[in-house]
This record gives sequence, structure tokens and C-alpha cells, in this order.
Amino acid sequence: MVPFVFEWEWEIGRLIFMGLLYMVLGAISLGMLYAFVKTWLDLRGKQ
Amino acid sequence: MKKDNNNRGARYGMVIDLDKCTGCGTCVAACASENNVPVMYDESDKTRSINWLQIYKIINGKEFPNIEVAYIPRPCMQCDNPPCVPVCPATATKRDPNTGIISQIYTRCIGCRYCMAACPYHVRSFNWFDPPFPKGTERSLTTEVSPRMRGVVEKCSFCHHRLMSAKQRAYAEGRRELREDEYIPACAEACPVNAITFGDLNNPKHKVSQLIKSKNAFRLLERLGTEPKVYYLSSKGWVRRMADNYLQGEFEGRN
Amino acid sequence: MDLALIPNGVQRCSIKTFFSWSILWLAIIAWGVVSAFFCLYKGLNQTNMNQYFVFGLWIVFDLSLIALGAGAFFTGFLTHIIGEIFIYPYRDNLKAVVNAAVVIGFICYSSAIAMLGVDIGQPLRGWFIFWHANVHSMLTEVSFCITVYLGVLTIEYLPIILSNRKLGEVPELNLFGNNLHHIVALFAAAGTFLSFFHQGSLGGLYGVLFGRPFAYREGILIWPWTFFLFIHSAIAAGPSFILLCIWVTEKVTRKKLVNKGAYLTLAKISGWLLAFYLVFKIMDTVGWAYGVVQRAGLSFMDFYEGPFSIWLLIAEIGIFGIIPAVILIIPRLRNMNALLILGALMNVIGIVINRFAFTIQTLSIPVLPFEDFLSYFPTWQEWGIGIGAIGYGVLLFSLSYRYLPIFPMEPELSPVKIFGAPVKDFGVVKGG
Repeated sequence: MVPFVFEWEWEIGRLIFMGLLYMVLGAISLGMLYAFVKTWLDLRGKQ
Repeated sequence: MKKDNNNRGARYGMVIDLDKCTGCGTCVAACASENNVPVMYDESDKTRSINWLQIYKIINGKEFPNIEVAYIPRPCMQCDNPPCVPVCPATATKRDPNTGIISQIYTRCIGCRYCMAACPYHVRSFNWFDPPFPKGTERSLTTEVSPRMRGVVEKCSFCHHRLMSAKQRAYAEGRRELREDEYIPACAEACPVNAITFGDLNNPKHKVSQLIKSKNAFRLLERLGTEPKVYYLSSKGWVRRMADNYLQGEFEGRN
Repeated sequence: MDLALIPNGVQRCSIKTFFSWSILWLAIIAWGVVSAFFCLYKGLNQTNMNQYFVFGLWIVFDLSLIALGAGAFFTGFLTHIIGEIFIYPYRDNLKAVVNAAVVIGFICYSSAIAMLGVDIGQPLRGWFIFWHANVHSMLTEVSFCITVYLGVLTIEYLPIILSNRKLGEVPELNLFGNNLHHIVALFAAAGTFLSFFHQGSLGGLYGVLFGRPFAYREGILIWPWTFFLFIHSAIAAGPSFILLCIWVTEKVTRKKLVNKGAYLTLAKISGWLLAFYLVFKIMDTVGWAYGVVQRAGLSFMDFYEGPFSIWLLIAEIGIFGIIPAVILIIPRLRNMNALLILGALMNVIGIVINRFAFTIQTLSIPVLPFEDFLSYFPTWQEWGIGIGAIGYGVLLFSLSYRYLPIFPMEPELSPVKIFGAPVKDFGVVKGG
């Protein structure tokens, strides 16, 4: 799952699969983070 | 489906002489006893039974007096191109490049049964029940083989624990090479007619590597490309024909 | 009693009526929960699966639910991504159904994952798929993608929940919902990417089984042709399923919720996708029959000797494939309400038959020449979980319909009327 775990191998299949997975997870997390931060900033702005 | 063929290590395989096999079932009993294969409380539904080694009975379809019967003991084929290994989602099964044996990690198996769907030989069994070991039966268990829990898949391992024991003994004696008779699975050892020969297919001195060159040697479902390491010998053409699927005239054309 | 929770400008039945409606589905869910308890406590011997039939009703349900839930990502893709690039007349029609599509998608995926949790022999070890992932297995790919996609669906469901009248009064939640909605295209894109891969990998599950000539397909690179066929059939069936769910909702609530244009758009998308799918499917079947099958030493009719006759294939491609495709493509036929619904229903049935054939038929067919064909029928516990999932779906959709504005056109199409005049701001009319 992650490089520092037993059985991890730096092979192309794993790099492609995990690479794409983490990219998507990252994009979704950034989107959620944006929504939270923007809401917090908007609320602070209103005050 | 990448081929994990490593000819530098050993490739343990089996040759079963169907001309000798009487279908007595001693190999099955020995296997079950050696590997702590559980028996359910109600074994009447054979489709739920766990059989690492299963014996099939085939007939040539002719009428008396031309009817002939053959028995095919079927352990895990330990394929060199296993259909089950690449499909396991939790990496609970792997082909060992040094021995060619397909291992199963019982404590990692999540019981999705995808490997069972993939295997065309049905060598894999699932524990549909919690295996019962009533009080007292634990004394008959082989200590080197872990019993399995409910919800995991198990299969023949070519008595891998015997390989480990043999290697330890050899190492204690100061050598790395195993003699041909030092590592034999329980089924091969138990067979009363010596129908099962076991050894390293990569080692030209082992009997198995010579037997597989016979014109009577064949494997089950060879056309699928699984590269099984269990070979069969039969002098009867109809038996060899039953090992695989053939279109009209194909078998006769190939042989 | 729950006036304040009902969206603006729409009418809902009384809470007593709603409760009576819910009781039925709660009973079905209860049956599902009891079945799940038995399977988790006593083990999978509660099913009729065995060493040969290792996949059963639940896997068929899972695959069908996920195929039908594809409408969520596809309408999202068409609305939020294609719609932003190419302005076209169908976008408004799709916007009328996209919220309902998200709810339907959420229901389908959450039920599928719950069912999978019971289906594996060691549910507590389910996380091993993620932690000890075998990247070469199609099942790993499926598990990752459907789990992450359920997260995406939850995120897309959130703004709909937060647009509830009462929740929307809380400024923080209102703002958060709006901000999430501004970036919906990001989540739609992520959802499209994930869905493409898991719909495909579900097909890949069967296509890579080179030990089972019935299921095995050649393909391109690591992807068997079933990878692409499953994506295609899912996006063909998904919009039809949304269409059917909306139609059933309209019939049950006796209200108009979307305009005819929305129905026709969904039908057109479904119809054309189905038509092209059938072309590829027939090509694939012929290629497989002359390629994989013959190389395995089998003939095409060998697979149809057992409990499944050739009629299953004829049903899948012909009766529930070509006929609905024709109905949904031809505008004159599509415009007739009865045929529209029939076409959508037959489309959905055809795709379910396809999923059934790949799962159950594959397992019933022996590969070793001396083995027999087998048959299987699920136990009440298996049916309980499958039907319980449907009950959960109906209940959740009912709750969403009652309290959330999932049909933006409803206030306009089914306005609340008092003494014949439409009223904008009332929740419910008593006695209704």
C-alpha cells in the first residue's frame, strides 16, 4: 500500500496503480480542503 | 498473467501412473491426515467437502465387456502459469520461484473465493464451516501444519512442511542439496502401488524429469496454458483423451 | 409534524402515510439484517454456495447494482464536464435528474459494498485488500475504486442533504454546501475516472480467467474486451435505471417531477449507447467463439448444454438487447410513454442477464471434460440480503425525496395549490 511497508516493491505495475490512486485521492482531498477553508474564510469575512 | 518461470531453482512436480492407480483412496486419507484437513459434522453434501486431493473416476463410455475404468487423483497442479495467483486481491497466494510451489497464507486470505473461480481444476477448497476438532482429535493433528479457520481458502501444498523439515535436517548435516527421497509428500509416500512419483522436474537425475518425457505422459487441460506440474501416465488412449477438451478429430490428429 | 423539513414549494403526504409506507421497507430491511446476522455469525454455510459455485446471488446483485448505479457518474459527467465545454440543449434536462442520479448511485454503491462485506469469508479482514494490495488483480482495482467512489458519491450527496430547508438555515452548513457545489466538476471528474476503471475492472474480473474459456477474452494490453464491454453496458443501462426510478417515484407520489424532455434525453442516451454496445458485444461473441473457445478445444454450443440453454444468450442480446435499443433509438417509439418505460425496463433486464451469465453461467460450466454441469439456487438468507438492499434503497430514496429538493423542476411542474391557485412557500397541505 505504501513504500515503507513489508512486501512493497518498486515495480512499474505498483507505481502506476498506486500513483493514479494517490493522485485521485489527493484531488478529492484538496477539493474537500478547499471547501472547508473557503467556508471558514467566508464566515470570518462575514464577521 | 506473467510467467514466473525460474529454471534456476527447483520445480517440484509429480507424475501419477494411472495404469497403476486403483482408486483405493489411501493417498486422500494420508493427505487429509497429514495436513489436518477438517471433516464437517455432516459430510453428506460432497460439494461442500474439503478435498486437497480428490480422486475422479472416469469410464470409457463403452458397454460390457469393453467398459474400462480409470481413476485420476488430482492434487493441486502447482501450475507454472497459475490462474489463481494473479487474481488474489490480498496477495494471499504466491508462486515460490525457488520451488515452484503455490503457497497460501491462511491468515491473510479474506475468503473472497476469486482464486477458486479462476482455477479450472477446482483444487481449492473453502471453509464454509468452522472446522470442528472435537476434544481428543487435536492429538492426531500434525504439529507442523496450521489448521485453518472458517472463511478461508486452502489447497494442496505438496506437503511443503515436509520440504522445510527436510531442508532443516540437511542443513544440520551440513549440506544444501536434498536427496530425491528426502522430500516426498504424504500421498506419494502412502500410495500402496507407488503410482505417485515426486521430485524436481528441473533435476535431470530425478525420476520425474525422465518420466515426463514418455509418450504416455500428459497433463490436464494443457491447452489452457496453465503449465501444471502434475503429470499423468497412461497407456490408454481414451484416458489421455479425457485429459483435455478436443474438437472433432483433433485428438486423433495430434496423436 | 415535519412541515419545517419539507422543501419549499412542494407538497408531501402526511407523516402518518409516510410512516405506513416506510414500515413495509423497514420490514424488508429487517429481514436483510437478520439474514446478514446469520451469515456473519454462523458462516457462509448459510448460503447454497459450494466449492464449485463460489459466487452466487450476492455477486450477481453487486454487479447489477454497480452497473445500474453507473447512471450517477455518467449523468454527472455529461452535466458537469461535457456540459461545461459544449453548451447543448440537453444540459437542462440532465440537470433536472442529476440530483436523483446521485442519490440512486449512493444507494447502489453503499448496498453493493455492504453485501460484499457479508460475502467474503473473513469480513474483518476486508481491509487486507487495501493494505496487502495485489495490483495485478482486477478485484483489487474494483475494491479500491468502488470504495473511493462511494466517498465521492457521499461528497456529492452532501450538498443535496445540506440544501434541506432546516439544515439550510444554518449559515455554516449553507455556505459549506454552496462551496462544495462550486467545485462539483472536480468530484464529477474524479467520479468519472474511478467509475471508468471499476466498471471496466468488473468486466476484467471475468475476462482474465484464462482457466475458464466461457469467461476468458483476449483484449488490449492488460485489459480483456469484457473490460470495455462492461463499461459500455453500464453507461447504457444507468440512465435507463434512473429513468425507471423517477417514473416509479412519479407513479407512487402521483406528481410530475421532471418534464418529458428529461425522460427523452435519458432514453436517447441509453438507446444509442445500447445500440453501439450490441454491435461490439456481437462482434466480441463471434470472435470469442472462433478464437478462445476453439483454442480450448470446445465448441460454442458446448456451453449451452447444461441448465442454461442458448435462450439465455438470445434473451440477453436479442430480446432484452436489440428490442429495447430499437425502441429507444426511434423517436416515434420513444415518444410513446408506455414504450419508453418498457424499453428502459428491458434495457435494464438485459444488462442484469449479462451480469448473471458471466457470474453464474461461468461457474456452472465444467472445464475438465469429466466434470458435470451444476446448478445453484440461493437460500432465504441470500435472498434476504439482496432484497433487503432493495428495501434500504427504496427507503433512503423515499426519505431523500420527502425532505430534500432532488427534483428542481418539481415546484414548477407540481405546484402546491390552495383553492386552485399555486402557492410558493408552503410545505404540506394537511390531509394530503
